[in-house]
Amino acid sequence: MTAAKIIIREIKGYHDFVKFLIFLVVLAAIASTVRFIFGLGVTTNLNDTFPWGLWISFDVVTAVPLAAGAFTLGAIVHCFHIKKLEPLVRPAIVTGFLGYSLVCVGLLLDLGQPQRGWHTMVYWNPHSPMFEVSMCIAAYTTVLFLEFLSPVCEKFGYHVPLRLLRTIEMPLVVAAASISTLHQSSLGTFFLIAVDKLHSLWYTPLLPLLFWISAMCAGISIIIVEATMSHKWMGQPDESELLETLAKILPYVLTLYLTVRLFSLFAMTEGPLFDRPGLIALFAVEILAGVVLPLVMLMNYSVREHNRLRSTAAWLVIFGVVVNRFNVSMFGMMEKGTMYYPSFIESVVTIGIIAAHVLFFVLIAKYFPIFEHHPETVDYSLPDTFHKTGKAAAPNVAATAAVQTKLTGEA
Amino acid sequence: MSEMKDFSKDNTFLIDMTKCTGCRGCQVSCKQWNQLDAEKTTFFTGEGYQNPPLMSEHTFTRIKFRDYEKNGQNEFAFYKEMCMHCNDPACASVCPVGAFVKTKEGPVTYDAKRCIGCRFCMVACPFGVPKYEWSKAFPLVRKCTGCYSRIKEGHKPACATTCPSAITYGRRDDMIKEANRRIESRPEKYLKKLYGAEEAGGTSVIYLTALPFDELGFKHVTKRALPSYTWQALRLVPGIFLTVGGSLSLLSWFTHRKERLKKEAEQRDGSDTTPKEES
Repeated sequence: MTAAKIIIREIKGYHDFVKFLIFLVVLAAIASTVRFIFGLGVTTNLNDTFPWGLWISFDVVTAVPLAAGAFTLGAIVHCFHIKKLEPLVRPAIVTGFLGYSLVCVGLLLDLGQPQRGWHTMVYWNPHSPMFEVSMCIAAYTTVLFLEFLSPVCEKFGYHVPLRLLRTIEMPLVVAAASISTLHQSSLGTFFLIAVDKLHSLWYTPLLPLLFWISAMCAGISIIIVEATMSHKWMGQPDESELLETLAKILPYVLTLYLTVRLFSLFAMTEGPLFDRPGLIALFAVEILAGVVLPLVMLMNYSVREHNRLRSTAAWLVIFGVVVNRFNVSMFGMMEKGTMYYPSFIESVVTIGIIAAHVLFFVLIAKYFPIFEHHPETVDYSLPDTFHKTGKAAAPNVAATAAVQTKLTGEA
Repeated sequence: MSEMKDFSKDNTFLIDMTKCTGCRGCQVSCKQWNQLDAEKTTFFTGEGYQNPPLMSEHTFTRIKFRDYEKNGQNEFAFYKEMCMHCNDPACASVCPVGAFVKTKEGPVTYDAKRCIGCRFCMVACPFGVPKYEWSKAFPLVRKCTGCYSRIKEGHKPACATTCPSAITYGRRDDMIKEANRRIESRPEKYLKKLYGAEEAGGTSVIYLTALPFDELGFKHVTKRALPSYTWQALRLVPGIFLTVGGSLSLLSWFTHRKERLKKEAEQRDGSDTTPKEES
């Protein structure tokens, strides 16, 4: 049997939903080919009045905070040392890695000259938030890739790289958190330049700080939603006890966000706040349904311990962050009387990117040890190919301990 | 940045809208010099009589027509739309590859070879000047370059050369002095305000009009240079990176300490016991 036949047979065995996802991704690939043949002007609803549309608002500005689970959880587990949450780290890293890779795809589609993407690495302009974000995204995608290599190496039994990855685990976690802090907040800095364009409901000098805090809210919520769903639909282990702990952390971050948000809204904005009914409605949805409601819900023990309710609250937080990013990057930027809505091709591409995320996550979870990960059971020892040592357990334990001592000492 | 530099010697357009006759010679000469394509136009597709309806990849400057009533009679007012060539340009500060440069002569130029087509300049520009080649598969940005190639050779920009009445071109301090002189000598004719003297931190295009600026369609723009708004956040970046990285490292060193001590102890005990077990 040829390789192609094996692949086709494998795909035929997939669930119908997975096949549907593959269909959506193929559709998006066709749509993006159309974009490169006919140009942005024909295929999108972008024009000189709306230079940025759905691809920037969702594929970049919203997708980046939605992929924030990896750095948030990494810091919680490894730096704050809440070790029991470790089984959740790997799925979060996979989500993050996929998210950032797809952000890069979305960016390349949106750029006029994608073949010149590397120019940002060569012609530095430190005054540009875009320069900073692109450098950070390049660096952080690399970090996530290295973290993602662990399950890959485990799968194929590459012990030497596994040891190496174990050694740099802590530096990677710290790097991930600090790089993420920079670019999550700098996405907010993007819109500080839109002084008289972004509506006062969203324009505040604290926008970078708000983007950073809400990214952490989104990251934690994504982990809750993802673990609940993969337990329900993919038959993965039930982590509800761990999710309860996460759901306990979330209200603190939400409260911090709400405080800074309201303070900056009433104490630091200039210009009229409540002058456009449409924007007031969007603002109310964002704050009430996306922050206040889940906050109130998660403060109750009965909600936190209840799988469905906890997941609902997390969905609400995600919804709030998505609405917030769209408000800042799209609705709040529209001048009165003007309106942008995405074209068919823009929508197909964005739907395809979301589908690709879910699809790759399902496939990776199918073929690689993502959920079965229990760090204490992994054999980080070097394979004894030449039978030089002969004594299996004890020296290896010592070696691992030595490595750990070294790496924590370094960190 | 802008406080340090002196812009008084920069080449500046003084555009006196009361002297504009609406001949649109500037539009034509701009198209000729920059070799821009013509646009198919029809009447009243824009706000009023002006054509083309908007600035675009093919139109770097444009005369806007404005109807108004004076002493019971209908009158026209005109307004020349073009790149303002800010002293501290927002486009130059946000461009990730530094494709925009404020030259020492005054104009803000654009390097098409660097541009990656991200359109951040279009989002950032308070005057809505940079335009995109929407018709192309791999588009670039287009905008007025203040005829930089002409200025370097000692010529005036194409529009300033063609204009029979309204555009004066020269050093920025001279232009401001001249504008103030005109306002003082004919106070009944002019509005007592120079648009561009302070807008967006000061620009190399200065307007004089008879009508209120917002009625002519001039955008309300902050007096502060726009790059300072993002820089107040971006300047903290290295500090935040070191603070977050440092404090998390320190934190993990402490949180892992207990475990490390335990492991070390185990290792010490282990080295005594294991050989016995093996043998």
